[in-house]
Amino acid sequence: MIHAAFLIPLLPLAGFAILAPFGRRLGNPLAGWVATALVAASFVVTVIVFVGLFQQAPAHRELTQSWFTWLGADRLSVDAGILVDPLSMTMAAFVTGVSSLIHLYSIGYMEHDEQFPKFFTYLNLFVFAMLMLVLADNFLLSFLGWEGVGVCSYFLIAFWFDRDEAASAGKKAMIFNRIGDAGFLIGMFLIFERTGSLQYTTVFARLGHVGTPSLVAIALLLFLGAVGKSAQIPLFPWLADAMAGPTPVSALIHAATMVTAGVYLMCRINPLLHLAPDAAHVIAWFGAATAFVGASAACAQNDIKKVLAYSTVSQLGYMFLAAGSGAYVAAIFLMLTHAFYKALLFLAAGSVIHAMDEDQDIKHMGGLARLMPVTSLTFLVAWFAIGGVPPFAGFWSKGDVLENAWAVTPALWVVGAASAVLTAYYIGREFFLVFLGERRWSEARPSGDGHGGHGPVAAQAVAGGPPALRRRPQDPSWHMSAPLVVLAVLSVFGGFINLPFHPSFVFLERWLDPVVGPALRRLHYSVGQEWLFGVVDGVIALTGVAVAASLWRRAVDRPAFEPRFLSAAWFLDLAEDRIVARTGTALATFTASVIESRIVDGAVNGVASLVRLFADWARRAQNGYVRGYALGIAGGVVAVVAYLLVRVVQ
Amino acid sequence: MIGLESLRGLQGALLGAGGIVLPHIDYTAILPELILLGGMLLLLVVAALSPRRLATEFYATATVGIGIASLVASLVLWKDVVSHGPFTAVAKSLDIDGFAVLFLVLVSCVLIVAPMLAVGYLRREGIEGCEYYVLALISGSGAMFMASANDLVLVFLALEVLSLPLYVLAGFDRRRAASSEAAIKYFVLGAFSSAIFVYGIALTYGATGSTNLGQIAAFLARNVLTSNGVLLGGVALLLCGFAFKIAAVPFHMWSPDVYQGAPTPATGFMAALAKAGGFAALLRVFVTSFPTLRSSWQPVIWVVAILTLVLGASFAVVQRDIKRMLAYSSINHAGFILLGLQAATAQGVAASLYYLFIYAFLVLGSFAVVTLVAGRGDDQHDLSRYRGLARRQPVLAGSFTVLLIAQAGAPFTTGFFSKLYVLQAAVAAHSYALAAVAMGSAAIATFFYLRVVFLMYSGSAPVEAGVSPELVEPGAASLAAPALAMAAPSGQALASGLVAAGGAGVEPAWAKRSGGGSGASGEGDGAEPPGEATTGVPETPLSSSPWTVAGLGICVGATVLFGIWPEPIIEFARLATTIF
Repeated sequence: MIHAAFLIPLLPLAGFAILAPFGRRLGNPLAGWVATALVAASFVVTVIVFVGLFQQAPAHRELTQSWFTWLGADRLSVDAGILVDPLSMTMAAFVTGVSSLIHLYSIGYMEHDEQFPKFFTYLNLFVFAMLMLVLADNFLLSFLGWEGVGVCSYFLIAFWFDRDEAASAGKKAMIFNRIGDAGFLIGMFLIFERTGSLQYTTVFARLGHVGTPSLVAIALLLFLGAVGKSAQIPLFPWLADAMAGPTPVSALIHAATMVTAGVYLMCRINPLLHLAPDAAHVIAWFGAATAFVGASAACAQNDIKKVLAYSTVSQLGYMFLAAGSGAYVAAIFLMLTHAFYKALLFLAAGSVIHAMDEDQDIKHMGGLARLMPVTSLTFLVAWFAIGGVPPFAGFWSKGDVLENAWAVTPALWVVGAASAVLTAYYIGREFFLVFLGERRWSEARPSGDGHGGHGPVAAQAVAGGPPALRRRPQDPSWHMSAPLVVLAVLSVFGGFINLPFHPSFVFLERWLDPVVGPALRRLHYSVGQEWLFGVVDGVIALTGVAVAASLWRRAVDRPAFEPRFLSAAWFLDLAEDRIVARTGTALATFTASVIESRIVDGAVNGVASLVRLFADWARRAQNGYVRGYALGIAGGVVAVVAYLLVRVVQ
Repeated sequence: MIGLESLRGLQGALLGAGGIVLPHIDYTAILPELILLGGMLLLLVVAALSPRRLATEFYATATVGIGIASLVASLVLWKDVVSHGPFTAVAKSLDIDGFAVLFLVLVSCVLIVAPMLAVGYLRREGIEGCEYYVLALISGSGAMFMASANDLVLVFLALEVLSLPLYVLAGFDRRRAASSEAAIKYFVLGAFSSAIFVYGIALTYGATGSTNLGQIAAFLARNVLTSNGVLLGGVALLLCGFAFKIAAVPFHMWSPDVYQGAPTPATGFMAALAKAGGFAALLRVFVTSFPTLRSSWQPVIWVVAILTLVLGASFAVVQRDIKRMLAYSSINHAGFILLGLQAATAQGVAASLYYLFIYAFLVLGSFAVVTLVAGRGDDQHDLSRYRGLARRQPVLAGSFTVLLIAQAGAPFTTGFFSKLYVLQAAVAAHSYALAAVAMGSAAIATFFYLRVVFLMYSGSAPVEAGVSPELVEPGAASLAAPALAMAAPSGQALASGLVAAGGAGVEPAWAKRSGGGSGASGEGDGAEPPGEATTGVPETPLSSSPWTVAGLGICVGATVLFGIWPEPIIEFARLATTIF
């Protein structure tokens, strides 16, 4: 059963291979169904392999399938092969699972888009690349997937490339990722230089011979790659802009899967981080800082998706906090649960956006709960899950992270806990502004058939509010709402895969033990302390919920709580634009206009003119007279003989 | 064999016991040369006895047959050398080793291809008869002997056997004064350089007591003679003699005039054969006989190589006559081949051999194209003839493009590997400056090769500023400046230069003149001033002669085939060097 693993990435690739040439002919919605079926099939294979792996003894839960030698050059030999172990299969399972749901959802969401087949072509290619990333048995093949998801992300963010905003967001994502990728590449070079291999198992086996400074450098370089891909400080602004893409893309790529690649990488190199604790500390602090900055920025956003984008940044920060604290299981645990509730939040937001005629401003919404019961209920579930309200999924996973942070240093816990309050608060704010309160939108006249609240809305529309909706907001069709329900169920019960009460309940930890066990931080809390942590976490979550309710249940504008500093995400984007982008552009302009055109071109043209002048001058010796030519030969002879004879004399 | 034995018995009987002691002659060792000379005699006899004039195609067929026979004999020798190792023959005056056999094969190939490319020309110009082929065969045998000669006296004799027919070939087209003038120039200067060469032999003999290369090497190995003026003087003169033959700067001045004046197919043949023969002897003499004096002659080669590379490329840039341009380009190539000698390593020699081998095909093919474009009368060589060639004769233009970009060193052609290997050898021998200069000269050379390519594909637009930027009127010079950027191979820069100049509607001065106008012979009094009246001569279509098609096909095919699949020839050159 395990040996079917090679099918997992190949099925989405087959989807891409079918859709790229024939997608247009398959049309809408058949192309979507083909893509969805192949990703779902990949999920089924993953489950089968997963079960097969589960049946093995824990010590034997590792299998390398090597297809062929991809690159061979001197000492460098890289196989195209996959590594099947608990970590990669966990990733594969959740990637294919969430992707299947989002493919299904996209069939409904994109049904009116003219580029429907192309969208699914990209989605399938993305899933393939993501699976290569997590299944590869060496750094280089992972990097191939890493770049593959990067490029698909570019295609999909800029999917509506005729909108300036989307086109430039795509570019921005590409450039920010490039910075991180440079780190990944240099890290790989260093790994190869120090260990002579790029294969995970070989590299980890040889770490003992590598000096600590090199280990720290490698870890930090790979972390730089992760910072770019997973949108950590200071490279997170691209993720907020990436919301210009279609909402399923935001859900799939910019919440559930691609951005977790950095976390996966950190967990994959856990033996390395274990030997480089200094690097791990840096990672933990970067994670904690990102968690706080992201959460605070999310508090002041008015775009329904930007709130979620900054929330993702913040949650990813938690994952890095966990990975940096040596709590790899907690990182994966949070990644899984986050995938459920963040995908749910995005898909619910997508439903709302659809219902609101593509308007994304939460200040224009309100009162949708009664009209969109499925959407609002699932959003509520997701809110409690992400906020960490017991017993929803986020409570367990975030609790794990915070416990581990405390074990490293209480300061990390304080930052994490503060962010947790904000987390429960900002989603609450969004929930109240979107689903409750009074309706700040209006319906178009023909369908305005006397339902309540019509008068004030019309007045607001006249006052320059949002344009009237074409039809009354409602829950979406079944292929959009079914994923919502599935994800909501997972958001409620997803936390039960790793319960703290008894050693026999920590399924995830035992499952991942063969991969991360030796490097894992072991906690030694008494039962009382465990309960105390649980209670505190619950109180934190409920505080956030309560604050959100008290502030936003009725109000729409509270400028004091939406300062410009936070809505601009601590001005980080602005600062980077001013300092890096502007100076970079100025430098490039200078290079192009002065160095290139004057100095480089000038040198080339100058050399050419010199050659011509010289040849024109020297060709006069070529006068056509034999005597002249004979003189030349004689001169040459004299010179050669003289030179050699002078050497004799010396 | 029985025949040979009886022949030897006859010799003994005739000369008696007290006469000159004749060496034992191993006829199998000189079979390729014998085939050429025997075939040549046969051709002469047939031509003399034939009651009516035989068609030039007959002689060409015979020559190709003779070439193939000698190729087969050479390959048999190769097999022999590979399995039994190198050996000396005829009183140790011949050294039959891999190095020699490679040149035997090369010369045989040249003798197969060159007649094919000459047939169309000879018929077009009405010069029927066996002379061209006979001279080619004699010259070929000289080149072969040069490669296998193990004695300075034999080297000299072979050099003369190689050169004398070439002097005649240069003056072969008696109706053109330029042709006769080229022959005279070539002959006078050749005689001059031969004298220098012979004097070098004399001095070397005086210093070492032998003319045999093996004995010279053995003598120098036993006696340290690094500061012997007589020996070094001899080495210097030998070097100058060879340098004349391979047209290295400053012994090159004859070559543009001769290349320009000689009948075009003869030019190609001369360029391929004289260079091969000259380099064969140069490499053998210097690498095998004077390795102990390496520190003395290497700096000389270094300077000569740099001069040859730079001046060859620079002068080619300002030429308007395609044959002169190709002459300077061949000087530039000689500089590259000198890199391998300067390295003085097995790797360097192998690189030089490879370069010579592929260069023969490039230059034969290139001059074949020039022959066709020149049209009847063979004196339309101005670059403007090539404008729009691609539209008129796409296959011909395509072939020329391949040959030119191969000479420039483009990948997927043999030219790329040839330059790569000599540069590798130079770098491996730590001649970094030389390698850098070579690369710089290749960049300059790319300009004038691509200029022709560009012309051929530029159609018949009224303005082609990129053709010859130095000739653009002063007002347009600044506009055309980007075209010069092509010195660094950038087609885009050229294109932009063209567009700029074209957009301004500037007409280059020379373009107003009729093709092949008087401006073309700006240098040298050698070329007869091409008359204005010859402008109307149409170029010869490629399809006019299946022989030319076949010959050109071989040249282009080899260039591309071995450019994509280089192993066979590289391996050949490498093996030839190891069995040295």
